[in-house]
Amino acid sequence: MNTATKQAPAVISADARPVSGAWAQEARTDAAQRLARMGLPTRRDEYWKWTRPDSLIAATPAPAALFDYKGEPPVFHQIDRLKIVFVDGVFDPDASDDLSGEGLEIERLADVATTDIHWAKDLYGVLETRGQSPVARPLAAYNTAMATDGLVIRATGRVSRPVSLIYRHQDTESDAVMHHVIRVDEGAKLTLLENGAAAARFSSVSEVDVADGAEFHHVRAQGRDHERQAITHMFARLGAASVFKSFTMTVNGRLTRNECVIEMRGDDATAHVAGAALGDGADGDFHHDDTVFITHDAVACESRQVFKKVLKNGAKGVFQGKILVKPDAQKTDGYQKSQSLLLDDDASFQAKPELEIYADDVICSHGSTSGAIDEEALFYLRSRGIPDHIATDLLVLAFLADAIDEIEDKEIAAEISDRLDAWLARHRG
Amino acid sequence: MLKINNLHVKLEEEDKRILKGVDLEVPAGSVHAIMGPNGSGKSTLSYVLSGRDGYDVTEGGATLDGEDLLDMEPEERAAAGLFLAFQYPVEIPGVGNMTFLRTAVNAQRKARGEEEMSAADFLKFIRAKAKELKIDAEMLKRPVNVGFSGGEKKRNEILQMAMLEPKMCILDETDSGLDVDAMKLVSDGVNALRNEGRAFLVITHYQRLLDHIKPDVVHIMAGGRIVKSGGPELALEVEHNGYADILAEMEVEA
Ligand SMILES: Nc1ncnc2c1ncn2[C@@H]1O[C@H](COP(=O)(O)OP(=O)(O)OP(=O)(O)O)[C@@H](O)[C@H]1O
Ligand SMILES: [Mg+2]
Repeated sequence: MNTATKQAPAVISADARPVSGAWAQEARTDAAQRLARMGLPTRRDEYWKWTRPDSLIAATPAPAALFDYKGEPPVFHQIDRLKIVFVDGVFDPDASDDLSGEGLEIERLADVATTDIHWAKDLYGVLETRGQSPVARPLAAYNTAMATDGLVIRATGRVSRPVSLIYRHQDTESDAVMHHVIRVDEGAKLTLLENGAAAARFSSVSEVDVADGAEFHHVRAQGRDHERQAITHMFARLGAASVFKSFTMTVNGRLTRNECVIEMRGDDATAHVAGAALGDGADGDFHHDDTVFITHDAVACESRQVFKKVLKNGAKGVFQGKILVKPDAQKTDGYQKSQSLLLDDDASFQAKPELEIYADDVICSHGSTSGAIDEEALFYLRSRGIPDHIATDLLVLAFLADAIDEIEDKEIAAEISDRLDAWLARHRG
Repeated sequence: MLKINNLHVKLEEEDKRILKGVDLEVPAGSVHAIMGPNGSGKSTLSYVLSGRDGYDVTEGGATLDGEDLLDMEPEERAAAGLFLAFQYPVEIPGVGNMTFLRTAVNAQRKARGEEEMSAADFLKFIRAKAKELKIDAEMLKRPVNVGFSGGEKKRNEILQMAMLEPKMCILDETDSGLDVDAMKLVSDGVNALRNEGRAFLVITHYQRLLDHIKPDVVHIMAGGRIVKSGGPELALEVEHNGYADILAEMEVEA
């Protein structure tokens, strides 16, 4: 672990980072100054009302024990993919495949940063900066300033094998700050998989530029280590007729906040963000926060948010989702659904769905609900001889189904579905 | 097979008595019908027998082949051979009809210590049963009862019954909402299942169903009790004269 990242964020300054390439250093300095201006999040911030930032900004992370997978094969193991492994936030070349593939360029951020000029310059910290207004995201600026590793990925063609980032967690006190820059060229296509806890505390920023007619698919399975903490940001900019689809599965984890900030800049683009989070407070604290901000700034774009949470034994869920439709973004189709299934009275869910619309010819809908299992349905299933716990699992999976349906690749969707099913089976009663 | 003895039931949440001493015995191989005015407690009886929450049994009991029914969980009652075709089948979005049925069939087999049915055998089995009830393959793929018409829901209940092969079948107004052809189809389905080891309790408002499914005994339920029992002619009497005469007669007796 680089000692620099162990410093309290409160003391970071422009020259806290080792000097790298000119453009990268400039971007980092810029981010540090931005952070200094906006300050770290506090509990008094409206945007942090339901999720306490304290443990995310503490000088050192609370230790997190490693999850015992008991020999269970890791998620996505049977999917044909290009594997890239990070251990506690550090790239592990020996465990990784060759960083090459048809229609694909992958470099390490550290290598790119020392070059004089690179296309990543136009994205690193740039999309993050754009995502800082109207709501400040100081921890993303912190990441840009402090990131110690990450990838720069460019898809120049339609890449058939998914690029799979595997985040291993080995050090119980690790504090990883990773930053990826991804560009999907015009008409190109990329599928990115991410899985693993990465660290005791994990900060991740991905800046994704999806060019005209390009497609970006993202499926993430966050680590199961009970005490781990994660703050992730995904900043995406979408070109005309492009497609962006991101799905995240979260089971376990003391604290997770996933922010997704999407800017729809080209006409006819599509953006879908979905998530399924399952938490059982009996295993330790579980707090999961999905924070989404989608800006429609072009004509006839479609955006869709589908977030589902299943919570029990004091597990907590948060959803903050906003659709902003700019004055010229006519024919916008915006949809937002956030639902929680509370399996007992101790679980809780807070939601703030927001629409802010300045165009007149738009269709936007949002709905947020939280409720218990449907007793009528449960009795119906049981009356057919299905035991209580299996009937409950069937209903929970049914509840999660429309989030999982957002995953386009059916093989990957089936894998996610199986994992959720297995989690439910382990957490009965 | 089914014995109900002086069954008293009130609502759990409020002090409302619904069943006030139901006595009924349905022997194996027989078909009994229950008729009775709206709100007399017919569905409540069927729910209590199948184990739905929300009721308190304050007196009496019920057994299935000598086993205390009321002590069992709903799924145990099903495994023991009890089946209720719901008056209002429940819609379950997100759960496929096929998955639902396969899970149910295999859960019951497992509970009885039998081997699970293979996917291929199950498919063959359900296709054959569905065909008999004119249920198309597309309906099997859809979520349980979601978007089904009233009649489709009722046919789906009978399909479940045919798949699960229970020994005690309670049909709660399975005829309501069925067109003439569907009524015939459903009745044929029920009649095909009639045998020495199986019994039926058919709740209905209409004599017409009983033309197809010939009952051995007809009971009239009113005010939470069986107030009169007789042969099939009792259903004809209700059809022609309504309940007024029967109820008046009971008043006089009481
Ligand atoms: N959960 C409940 N809460 C309040 N009242 C109830 C409840 N369940 C049943 N009842 C009442 O109990 C009485 C009997 O209802 P039940 O549904 O058993 O009648 P039924 O004979 O099946 O009527 P129908 O012929 O209309 O189907 C009715 O007065 C009904 O309103
Ligand atoms: Mg009824």
